[in-house]
Order: sequence, then C-alpha cells, then structure tokens
Amino acid sequence: MASKKEPVVVTGLGALDKPAGDLITWVDQRFPLMENWKAHLSEYYAPKNFNFWYIFGSLAMLVLVIQIVTGIFLVMHYKPDAAKAFESVEYIMREVPWGWLVRYMHSTGASMFFVVIYLHMFRGLLYGSYRKPRELIWIFGVLIFLTLMGEAFFGYLLPWGQMSYWGAQVIVNLFAAIPIIGPDLSVWIRGDYVVSDATLNRFFSFHVIALPLVILGLVSAHILALHEVGSNNPDGIEIKENKDEKGIPRDGIPFHPFYTVHDIFVVVIFLMVFSLIVFFAPEMGGYFLEYNNFIPADPLKTPLHIAPVWYFTPYYSILRAMVWPFFWIDAKVWGVAAMGASTLIFFFLPWLDRSPVKSIRYRPALHKYIYALFVVCFLILGYLGTLPPTDGRTLVSQICTLLYFAFFLGMPWWSRMGQFKPVPARVTM
Amino acid sequence: MKKLSFVRLSGLAAICAIGLMAPAHANEGGPALDRAPIEKATDIQALQRGAKLFVNYCLSCHGAQSMRYNRLKDIGLTDEQIKGNLLFTAEKVGELMTVSMPRKDAKEWFGAAPPDLSVIARSRGSEAGSGADWLYTYLRTFYRDSSRPTGWNNMIFPNVGMPHVLWDLQGEQRAKFAKVPDAHDKTKMVEVFEGFEVAKPGKLNKLDYDRTVGDLVGFLVWMGEPDAAYRKQLGVLVMIFLGLFLLPCAWWLNRSYWKDLH
Repeated sequence: MASKKEPVVVTGLGALDKPAGDLITWVDQRFPLMENWKAHLSEYYAPKNFNFWYIFGSLAMLVLVIQIVTGIFLVMHYKPDAAKAFESVEYIMREVPWGWLVRYMHSTGASMFFVVIYLHMFRGLLYGSYRKPRELIWIFGVLIFLTLMGEAFFGYLLPWGQMSYWGAQVIVNLFAAIPIIGPDLSVWIRGDYVVSDATLNRFFSFHVIALPLVILGLVSAHILALHEVGSNNPDGIEIKENKDEKGIPRDGIPFHPFYTVHDIFVVVIFLMVFSLIVFFAPEMGGYFLEYNNFIPADPLKTPLHIAPVWYFTPYYSILRAMVWPFFWIDAKVWGVAAMGASTLIFFFLPWLDRSPVKSIRYRPALHKYIYALFVVCFLILGYLGTLPPTDGRTLVSQICTLLYFAFFLGMPWWSRMGQFKPVPARVTM
Repeated sequence: MKKLSFVRLSGLAAICAIGLMAPAHANEGGPALDRAPIEKATDIQALQRGAKLFVNYCLSCHGAQSMRYNRLKDIGLTDEQIKGNLLFTAEKVGELMTVSMPRKDAKEWFGAAPPDLSVIARSRGSEAGSGADWLYTYLRTFYRDSSRPTGWNNMIFPNVGMPHVLWDLQGEQRAKFAKVPDAHDKTKMVEVFEGFEVAKPGKLNKLDYDRTVGDLVGFLVWMGEPDAAYRKQLGVLVMIFLGLFLLPCAWWLNRSYWKDLH
C-alpha cells in the first residue's frame, strides 16, 4: 500500500508546511495564528549571547505549568475541610494511583519555583535588565513575585499540619499589628477569630483559582512587555540599535528554533535536578516539607518553634530583627513595616540604579563586592529565619537587615561610583 | 593590596557572624539521639516482625488511620496471614487501622489522646536526627519514675503521658542522676543524667531488645511512606531515562542548530 504512494521527500522544516498549509491559511483568515507565532517565536529576535543566567524565565514557565497540572489532579482528591484535610493528603500519598508522585511534584515545584524566580531576579540585577526601557517588565515581574508569595502562603495552609496552621496564624496575626484597622482586618482575612475551617476554605479558593488567574494574567503581561522592547543580554547592549538592511538586529537570532532547542536542553538538566529531589529527597531535609507538618493541626498546641518555609525566611528574619519600639510604636508594627518594605523595595530598582552601564561586566569591582555582600546578607537572613532567635542571631540579622536596605537605598549613590569599563558596540559571545 | 584587605575583612566578618549565629546552648536540640538501624525499613523479615509488634503493642491505644491492613501485603504478608494474626481492631483486611479506644477516654487516662501513628516517623525529624532516630531512642529510654501517674518517665520526652508498653520485653530501668554545680551559677546544683541501671530484667537482653525496637521503628518508617522504596526504584529509572537518553538527544539537537552560529 505504502509503496504505491509517491515517496515523501522531506527537505527541511518548510516541507512540513505543505500539507498543513491550507488549514493554517484557513485559521489565519480568522485568527492571527502565524502572526503571533512569528512575533513571539520564529521572528522574535533575541540576542545571540544569552548565557546560563537566561534560562530561568523559561524554567519558571515550566514550573508554572507543572504546578497547574499537578494542582488540577491534587484538587480532584483533596478535601478542603479542617476535619479531613490532613488525612486527605495522606490518602493522596497512599491510595490515589500515582498520588504520591503528583503531590511530591507539587511540593517540590513550590520550592523550585522560588529557586528559579530568585535566580531569574538576580539575573535582572546582574545585567540591569530592569533599566529603561524595561521598567514595566520588571514591575510586572515583581507583581508576579508578590502574587507567587501569596499563592505559596495560601497553599501552605492546605495540608493542615502544625506548621501550616501556626504559620498561617503567625502571618495573619501580623496584619493585626497594623494600627487602627489591624484587628478587624485580621479577622476579615481569617473569617474567624482563629485560623479555622473558614480560613482553610477561603485559602483553598485563593490558592486554586484567584491567585493562579492573577499569575497567568501577569505572566502574559510580563512576556508581552518583554517582546515589545526586546530582551536585554549579558552585555547590556540594545541589539535593536544595530539592524541589517532587512531590519533584523545583527546580534539577534530567532527565538525559535535557536532558543527553543537551547531551552529543551536546559529543561532536561532541570528535570534531572527536579527528579533527584522528587524521587530521592522530597522532604529536602525538612526544608521543602517541614517535619512538624506531618503532625495534624492542633489549635490548642503551639509548636515551640514556628518557622516559615525557606523561601520566606529572609523577610521573616527582617521582621524579627525589628525589636525596638521607635516613637513609642510597637516593635511588631516596625517589623511588619520592614518586612513589607523589604519586598516592595524591588519595585523601585529601575529608578534606584543610576549606573551609566547596565551590565555587571562593565561595572567597577566595587559594585561586584556590593552585590556579593547583598547576596551573602540575603542568604544569612534566609538561614537565620529558619532558626529560633538568640541574642547573637538577632544582632546578625539586624546587621544584615541594615545592609539589605542600604543596598537599595544607597544604590543611587554607589551605583555611580568607581571606574566603569567601556561598553562594546556589539555583543560578545 | 586593597583587594586583599577587602577579602581579609570580609573573611573576618564571616567568622564573627558564624560565631554569633551559633546555638545559644550546645544541647539546644535536646539529648543526643541514638542512630536507628534504618536499613530495617526495607528488610522484609524485619518489617514483618515490626508489623506484629506494632499490632500487638501499639494499635490498642494508637491508630494508624491512613493505613489499611491489606497494605501489609506490600511487606510480603497474605490476606490470610493478616486476617489470622494481625486483625485485632477491624473485621475486614481492607479496613483502616483505626483505634478502638474512644478519644475521650484516652484523654482522661493519659492526659492527651495518643497521636495517630501513620506518619509519626516523618513528623519526628529534627536537627538532632531523623524521625527514626528519635523513635528508636524514645522507645529505649523509658525509666521508672514514681512521681508520674503512670509510674514511667522518658529521657527524650520528659513527663510523657504514655506508659512503657514494652516493659515486659525490656524490663524496668532506673535513671541515675548526679548533682553537679550549674555552669552559670555555681551556687545552684543541677541534676545531670549519668546512665540507666537495670531494676528488673525483662524477657529480652539489651541487645535483643534494641533489635526488637529496631524492627518496630523500621516498620513505623515504612508505614510513614509505604511507597518510598518504589519511589527510589522508579527514580533510578527516571534518572537513567533523562540522563542517558533525553539529555544526549537534547544536547545533540541543540548543537546541530547552534554549531554554525557565530
């Protein structure tokens, strides 16, 4: 049968267009399919000098998809009911076919989301990706980051373990510290005077529908804004300033196929790391799944030591570092204010940075030391946030908090200091 | 020269920071935990012995509400064996390991309802050691204490509500304390644990008792996540697939597009 047909000659990717050509034309007359394919993939010109740091955007998209898909399956079996939630998670782990895999992928995905996002944000810092004309990309990104923190916080209550319960209790109580409206506000958030079934149900609703919708919208805006102005690169050069006669940037290459194949390769490496955690260390030594969270929530028994999951601990340390009642206002209020400021300050980065060059490559050594110091402070704050406080630890976290804010607030000055290197006209590979 | 001093300075700062971050007390995590023989959690023979101990000694007060009796088939038992030897609190092998003692009574008798043991081994991990280490130490450090309502106390869970249910196996032991001056306030005396002494021998000698507790702890670890062994086996296959097949394919695909690009 097959031998009677004309032999199919495949001469490249173009050959595949032939049989589907009519259908695509049909669709194109009704929907801008090829137009969008070209604008965002096959004719979106990205700088050809992307390095290791440029993969985390794609990886964040991958983790988002993993979280949504595994989340859909978890919701099929999970019970958002204070009397059943804890056991329903164990039911997923033991009786739902492949439930353990789906659940571990979701719990590992939550932590890996933050790993990837933190590295993605740090890339922005390294190469000045938030500088003009990319301020809006950055702002959308910070909004994604804040929404993601909310998403993680709401999701963490759902297993209804001791850490879920008391973590939520501590964080919601923070809102009670806000002057005047605080106490009513915290009751309004919880739907009760303590974290209870009412809280679990609304957090479930936020986690599975409200915030995912917001995240999807923001991610679209983030990418649309990026594709409007074009990607930055490790040299911090605008490739659109140097176009050939066809109007294509000389240092640009089409995202598809070059960066899609690049990303596929990195995705495999990422999946290997992901699988190592899922299959061999899903608890990650108590950092991804906290030990205490295997004890069902008990509103009458406060754990000795309540620590948030690792991705919140830097801000938690900043919260705890504020121990003085300045101007006779409760230290807790200052803590909440400092914690809020430590995350909101990211919004202002595009205007705080006054460096004449974008990329760290052409900045003075001084800037590299300051970046290194900032990273060290952030990591120390993160580590201390997992531990119970002592006098020494509080002092260290106060110093690190000071340096954390000094990094941002001093940026308009220090980012102009030192001897800058000349920026080349074309990208370097 | 300037660079060097910066490096030195930051090194010095790091050392100071680490010093300040050190725990306030050396024994912050409580007494040191003995290492549990964790290999028993994958040893079928040990698991079967552990299951028998669990059903006989634990299940009358504690439940394991996430476990079905017939899940014990995963450790090599048959429905008939489960029905004949292990089914005390239920009628059918498909039922959950619930507890027959009412929670209200339990609270009255022990001060707190005994916790469900389904994931107890996963919940007891800490910086001091794994959940298995904690359980292994806990079940071996009960001692006679006439000041407690049950007559028992425990070294790593002081004033625990649970009596020593394995006493007929281990026997009775007494804790020896020595009075020493407090490290911070020499005028005060504090009690320091010196060791156990056997008050009344049990059915088993020390070595056999440790082995028995090891079997039980192995079972508790297995029960915490019955799919754990399969998870690791599957993980090896997944890693082989990703590393030996998908990774070279993706690398080759990437290289064939990028090799002519300059």
